[in-house]
Amino acid sequence: MLELHHIFKTYEGKPLLTDISFTVNAGETLCLLGASGSGKSTLLRMIAGLETPDSGSILFNGMDLASTPPHLRDFGLVFQDYSLFPHLNVNENVAFGLKMRRLPPQEITERAARSLKLVNLQGFERRRVTDLSGGEQQRVALARALAIRPRLLLFDEPLGALDKKLKDGLLEELRTILHRTQIPAIYVTHDQEEAFAIADRILILHEGHILRKGTPAEVWANPQSVYAAEFLGVGKVFDGVVMDGQNGNWKVSSEFGIFALDCGHEHSRGEKVHLLARPPKVQDEANVISSMVTDVIFQHDRYKVTFDNGLFVYLDEPPKIGEQFAARVRVECLS
Amino acid sequence: MLSVSPWLKRIALWVLPLAFLAVFFFFPLSRILAFTLSPEAITAKNLPITASALLFTFYQAFLSTLLTLLLGFPSAVLFARFDFRGKSLLRALTAVPFMLPTVVVAAAFNSLLGQRGLLNTLITNYQLPTFTPSPFTLILLAHVFYNTTIVIRIAGTALSSLDPQLEQTARSLGADSLRVWTNVTLPLLRPSLLAASLLVFLFDFTSFGVILLLGGSQFATLEVEIYLQAVKFLNLPLAALLSTLQLLCTLIFSTLYSYLVTRNSYPLAPRSTQHPPRTFQQKLFVSTFCLLLSAFFLAPLASLPARSLFRLEADRGQRAQIQYGFTADYYTELFINRRGSIFYVPPIRAAFNSLAYASATVILSLLLGFPAAFALAKPTRLEKILDPLIMLPLGSSAVMLGLGFIITYGKWLTSPLLVPFAHTLVALPFVIRTLQPAIASIPDHLRQAASSLGASPLEVWKHIDLPILRRAALTAATFSFTVSLGEFGATLLIARPEYPTIPVAIERFLSQPGGLNYGQAMAMATLLMLITTASILLIEKFRPPSAGDF
Repeated sequence: MLELHHIFKTYEGKPLLTDISFTVNAGETLCLLGASGSGKSTLLRMIAGLETPDSGSILFNGMDLASTPPHLRDFGLVFQDYSLFPHLNVNENVAFGLKMRRLPPQEITERAARSLKLVNLQGFERRRVTDLSGGEQQRVALARALAIRPRLLLFDEPLGALDKKLKDGLLEELRTILHRTQIPAIYVTHDQEEAFAIADRILILHEGHILRKGTPAEVWANPQSVYAAEFLGVGKVFDGVVMDGQNGNWKVSSEFGIFALDCGHEHSRGEKVHLLARPPKVQDEANVISSMVTDVIFQHDRYKVTFDNGLFVYLDEPPKIGEQFAARVRVECLS
Repeated sequence: MLSVSPWLKRIALWVLPLAFLAVFFFFPLSRILAFTLSPEAITAKNLPITASALLFTFYQAFLSTLLTLLLGFPSAVLFARFDFRGKSLLRALTAVPFMLPTVVVAAAFNSLLGQRGLLNTLITNYQLPTFTPSPFTLILLAHVFYNTTIVIRIAGTALSSLDPQLEQTARSLGADSLRVWTNVTLPLLRPSLLAASLLVFLFDFTSFGVILLLGGSQFATLEVEIYLQAVKFLNLPLAALLSTLQLLCTLIFSTLYSYLVTRNSYPLAPRSTQHPPRTFQQKLFVSTFCLLLSAFFLAPLASLPARSLFRLEADRGQRAQIQYGFTADYYTELFINRRGSIFYVPPIRAAFNSLAYASATVILSLLLGFPAAFALAKPTRLEKILDPLIMLPLGSSAVMLGLGFIITYGKWLTSPLLVPFAHTLVALPFVIRTLQPAIASIPDHLRQAASSLGASPLEVWKHIDLPILRRAALTAATFSFTVSLGEFGATLLIARPEYPTIPVAIERFLSQPGGLNYGQAMAMATLLMLITTASILLIEKFRPPSAGDF
C-alpha cells in the first residue's frame, strides 16, 4: 500500500534521514521506534505531506504522492498533544474533516456519532475539549482522524503524554480499533513497550538510518546491533575478542570469561566482537557468570535481578542485594 | 523598640498619592459631574452639538480602526510567520510612532501631505496637477500610523504562539490553505483581534492632537468639542457634559477590553513557526509588505526634518522672489523675539518651559509613584480596591483633565505651576506600573537579611531597594519625562500664553499663515521628535525585563 523509496533529508546541512525504504501493507500496523532525534517524526510528517524529502519517493497504491498536498491525501494524523481545536466542541472537532469534505449534514452527524462510539465517547458531543482529561482528549483526536475514513493512520507519539495505566488501556483499545477497521497505520514512538504492544512490524530508526526491521518477536530474538539491543533493553552488551575456532564454533574471550559461541558468520582470530548476555529461556544452555547483586525489583510473578556489571536476569527466588551470585545467562554474538 | 502597626505603614504609603489624586483628579471630576447634572448642561441648544460630536467621534474611530486592522493584520502575519532580513528593524520602525507625541505625528503628516507639506509645495512649484488629501484622510492616516503597532503586537503575539500542529491537523483532515485560515486560524485569533481592535478604537476615540492639528475645528470629535466649548465659547456646562459622556464611553470600552483579555484566551503552545518566504506568493507578500510598511512609516518621519530644513514657500506671504532651498532659518528664528510674533518671548522659551515642566513632573511623579508602587507591590485587600482608582486617570482624556483644572482651579490658572500637576496625573499610572513589578520582584528575605545584619529601615531602602530599583526608577523617570514633553490636550487648556510648551507652540505656529511660522512648527516638532526618540532609546536600554506592558 504505502511504499517509501530511498528517502533522504538533510536539515541545516546535517543528514536527518539517510536512504529510508520500507512498505506498509494492507491492514498492517508499522511501528517506527527510535530515540528523539532519530528522524522518526520527520519521516511521519513527510508521509503526511507536511514536509518534503530532498530525494526519494513516497507511493500509495502505486501512485506518487509528491504532488498531492496534505489535505488531499486522506491520511488521519494524531499528535502527542492531541491538537484539538480549542474553539470547537467535541462533536465539531470530530466532524471537522467531514465538513471539509462538504458531506451532507445528515451524513456528518451519523459518521461523527459512529466515530465517537468507536472510541467510547458517546454523550461527550457538546463538551468543550479543554474540559476533557488527557485520555479523553486523545480519544477525541482518534475519533476525529477515524471519522474521515482515512486510507492510512499516522500516530506521532500519541500516548506520550499519558500515565502508564491510561496508556495500557488506550493501547488495548487502539489495537482493537485498528484490527476491526483494518486501516493500515504508522505508529511513531520512543517507548519500546508501546511498540511491542501495538506493532505488527517494528522498524528501529537510529540517527536517520534503519537499523532493524521485523516482527516484534524477530527483533527481540535477534536485535542484530549494539544500539538496538541496548535501546530495547534485551540484555547486557559487552566486548569480546575471538581467540580461535572455526565456522559455527568460536572461542571468544571477554571480561566475563571465555565462551564457545555459534556466531553464524565468519570471524578471524583477534577480531573484536560485541556480545550480548541476556536472561536465558528455560531450555537454553546457559552460561554462568558470577557477580554482585545491586538491585532486585518485583515484576509480576518474578524478580528482575540486576548486577553490578549491568547483567540482569529474571528469578523466582531473589538473592539479597550485595550478595555474590552465580547468574545463568545466555551469551550470544551481536556482530 | 518602637513597633509600627502594618496598617499605619500602609496608610503612610498612601497618604501622599491619594491626597494628590483627591485634589487634582477626583475633586475636579466631581465638579465636572456636578456641572453635567446642572440644568445648563442638558439644554435644547447643547444636545444637538453633543449628539453630532458623539456620532462623528464614533464614525472616525470606527473608520480609523478598520483601516488600522487592514494594514495591521497582514503586518502581524508578516512578522509572526516570516523570517527576512531587516525584520527587527522594520518592526521597531512600526513601533516608533506609537511613542511619539501626537503633535509630532500630526506635524509629520502635515509636513508630508498637508497643504503646505513637501508633496504639495513641490507639486505646485513644478506646476504639476495638485494633489492634497482631505484633512479627514490625513486624520485617518495619522491614526493608522501610530496604532498599527498595537495590532502587530497583540495579533502577532497570538499568531506566533499558535500551535502549528493545529493547522497541520486541519490540513490532514482535508482543509486547504484557505479553509485552514477561515476554520482554524482566524477563529483562534478572533479574541486577540477583537482586543486589539478595541484598544485601537479606544485610542482613536480619545484622539485629540491629531484631529485638532490636521483637521481643525470643523472636525469636532468629543475631545475637540470639549476644548472648543471650554476655551473658545466658554460653555463649561456643555464641556462638562461632553466630558462625562467621553469618560463613560472610555470606561465601557476599557472594561470590555480587560474582560476580553482575561476571558477569551486559549491555551497556546509557543513553537517557532517563522520561516523565510518559500513560495512565490509568500515572497510577493513579504516584499510587498516590507516595501509598503517602510514607505508608510519612514516617509512622514523623514519628511518632518526635511521640511524643517527646506524653504518651499514665502516666509510672510510675499508674492515675489522666494529663495527656495536649504535653510537653517526656521531654527535660528526660534531664538529671536520678533515684534508681532505670536509669542511675547523667543519661541525657544517654549523648549525651556517644556524642560522645566518635564523635570518637575519627573520629581513629582516619582515622589508620588514610589510609595504607591511599594504598597501595590504587596497588595492587601486595601490595594485591590485602590488599584483601579489609581489607574482611573488613564481612562479619562487629557482634555478632560484640563477642563477639570479650569473648572476647579480657574483662579490659579495665571500660575504656571498647575501644568506639572496635570502632567503628573497623566504620567503617574505609567510610573506606578513600571515601578510596581520591579519592587515586587525583590524577595522579602533580602530586606530581612539586611535588617538582621543591623540595617535600619531607611538603610535597607538605601542599600537594598534603591540599587535594585535604579533601572526601574530611571525607566519610570524617562517615561514621565517623555509623557510631559509630549502632553498636549491638558496643557493646551491650562497653559498661560506667556508660558507655552513645545506642543502648544507647534499648534500655534501651525495655525498661523506664512512660511516662516510653518517652518518653525516643523523645526520645533523635529526637536521634539529627536528628544522623544532619545528618551525612548533610553527607556529601551534601561527597561527591566519584568516591566513594560500596559
